[in-house]
Amino acid sequence: MHTPRNWHASAEAVLLPVMALAAALLLFGVFCWFGGQSPTEVWGLLFRGAFGDAFSWQNTLQRAAPLMLTALAVALPAQAGLTVIGGEGALALGALGCAALPYVIPVPGGVIGSAMVLASGALLAALWVAIAGVLRQWRRVNETISSLLLSYIAIALFKHCVEGPMRDPSSLNKPSTRPLDEALRIGAIAPDSFLGDVHWGLVIGIAACVLFGVWLSFTSQGFSLRVVGGNARTARLVGLATDRLVVLACALGGACAGLAGAIEVAAVQTSANASVIAGMGYTGILVSFVARHNPWAIPPVAILFGGFAAAGSLLQRRLGLPDASVLVLQGFAFVCILGAEALRGRLFPLLTTRPAFTVIKPAAGNKAIA
Amino acid sequence: MMNSDAWITLLFAIVGGAVRVGTPFLFVSLGECLTEKSGRINLGLEGVLVLAAMAGFAGSYLTGVWWLGVLLAGFSGALLALLHGALCSLPRVSDIATGIALMLLGTGLAFYLGKPLIQPQAAQIPSIPLGAWSSSQLVQSALSINALFPLGVALAALMHWGFANTRPGLVVRMAGDSSDAARALGYSVNGVRIAATTAGGFIAGIGGASLSLYYPGSWNEGLSSGQGLIAVALVIFARWRPWRCLGAALLFGGAGAIGPSLQSVGISGGYYLFSAVPYALTLVILVVTSSARGSLRGAPAELGVSR
Repeated sequence: MHTPRNWHASAEAVLLPVMALAAALLLFGVFCWFGGQSPTEVWGLLFRGAFGDAFSWQNTLQRAAPLMLTALAVALPAQAGLTVIGGEGALALGALGCAALPYVIPVPGGVIGSAMVLASGALLAALWVAIAGVLRQWRRVNETISSLLLSYIAIALFKHCVEGPMRDPSSLNKPSTRPLDEALRIGAIAPDSFLGDVHWGLVIGIAACVLFGVWLSFTSQGFSLRVVGGNARTARLVGLATDRLVVLACALGGACAGLAGAIEVAAVQTSANASVIAGMGYTGILVSFVARHNPWAIPPVAILFGGFAAAGSLLQRRLGLPDASVLVLQGFAFVCILGAEALRGRLFPLLTTRPAFTVIKPAAGNKAIA
Repeated sequence: MMNSDAWITLLFAIVGGAVRVGTPFLFVSLGECLTEKSGRINLGLEGVLVLAAMAGFAGSYLTGVWWLGVLLAGFSGALLALLHGALCSLPRVSDIATGIALMLLGTGLAFYLGKPLIQPQAAQIPSIPLGAWSSSQLVQSALSINALFPLGVALAALMHWGFANTRPGLVVRMAGDSSDAARALGYSVNGVRIAATTAGGFIAGIGGASLSLYYPGSWNEGLSSGQGLIAVALVIFARWRPWRCLGAALLFGGAGAIGPSLQSVGISGGYYLFSAVPYALTLVILVVTSSARGSLRGAPAELGVSR
């Protein structure tokens, strides 16, 4: 049952982001050219640093794993019609919750212990982001602003705990919490294969994306959530528990970002410290928007942007570009992706079987977010 | 554990800090106020602030003239805001999402272009010694204020008067309250909004210059963390009235000055917690001023913030 209209919509769903990313790369090339660099060299290095050899692939996949989870932190609330962008703070709280659990209770070693510290981080972040959902449903506080404010507060709490009450006295130059016990850490998937240091976080990230995709597409609760996102009034009319679903979406999103932070502690840093806060929450926003908030589309997009991040250090080493060059590329990509939205439904203007229609500009309040 | 001298020092530090820290808040919230009056939210002012702070520092550093830096900051802010205005005018592009994108882009561009500016010193915005009458060092330093602050106060007065009494002011308000009415009278709603957003970006950009050229007075990557975003909430708190933006900016400046002021009297514990006070205050204010049903009092009708 693929009518031409269906077919065009699916083709557009792939073509528009690809075109937008190509435009962003082009803009980035021009930007670097103004700075006296050769665009072709920049593009070449971007590709080589991201996907050129086994080592860059390992680097890319390692950076992609947390991005999948922080992107879910945006995508799940977005399915319920919310723009929640507090992933960075949720990630910090997740890291804190993970590192804090052994301070509070004795944690057994092995898989159970690892699961416990991860769950602790995810839970803390889930409760935190759920506040944004509660405030929106209870007081109509704009969730975009409140989630970002909560994020800044969470980061302040993180820094306070790491440099204050939870600081390991032996961490001199870089304030950190006490390192996680060896038995609680998450190891590499297959250390002797081409995957090298790539840790289980990647599997967790991909599994989360797949499972949440299944949940949204094939369960009645997931469907209800999408109805709420589509039209909250209809959802209320047919008797859906809108408030509960919205708060649930925020909490699940928060849990994902928190899990990203917890994994970062358990697999990479071994303790909570300032290195955990590296902008992955913000990049996750971009990943989710490029994937159009579709969990199944998140892993490939996260790998792409993980690759750009990995290539950033190569650009820095070879061409002396500032480390912020990746941020500039991300900014261009975000702007292009949003601009591409305007082309949706017009990419095949001559081929469509739909009658010609005039675009009536919707009032500002009715605009869907991406 | 603190004697009365320390309390007085602390009080003066907070009062002086309210103006010092509040000046960027004032400009950004006035810029946001103008933008929102036209019916759009610009969350990208956070990016505008960072980019303008960098551009202002660069301008002042390269020319050695502080006001050229301030002008450059304004123009760079206007440019980024213009992009916001233009993008939002496309069909199916939301102003919230565009704001997030510009937050990333502005920060990225500023960090990239500002890399060589982290070490040097630039010509600073001069202070106005309002406390010169006093012999007390304390009063003098508390009342030595940013030269841009009076400009901001004048701008608030101008906007207050302009929104009620001038044609452009009324057109902006009409675009924000009823796009149909504006269209019926032959105005281009998108045109008005792009113009208002761009002008708002210019004003916010001046606030950025105040960050890098007065207080803290240098360019670094941690210069702004959320001031641009707080401004969005400030405007809600001020109920979209320019005059009240002034009061709100001073209140938030004071809240932001608590941490550094405590440090100046030797209390450094909980520094990060005090630095989070403005965010928590914003959140509390949002909760208190929002209502469970209906839109916010005084909000432009076309604005999406009170969904």
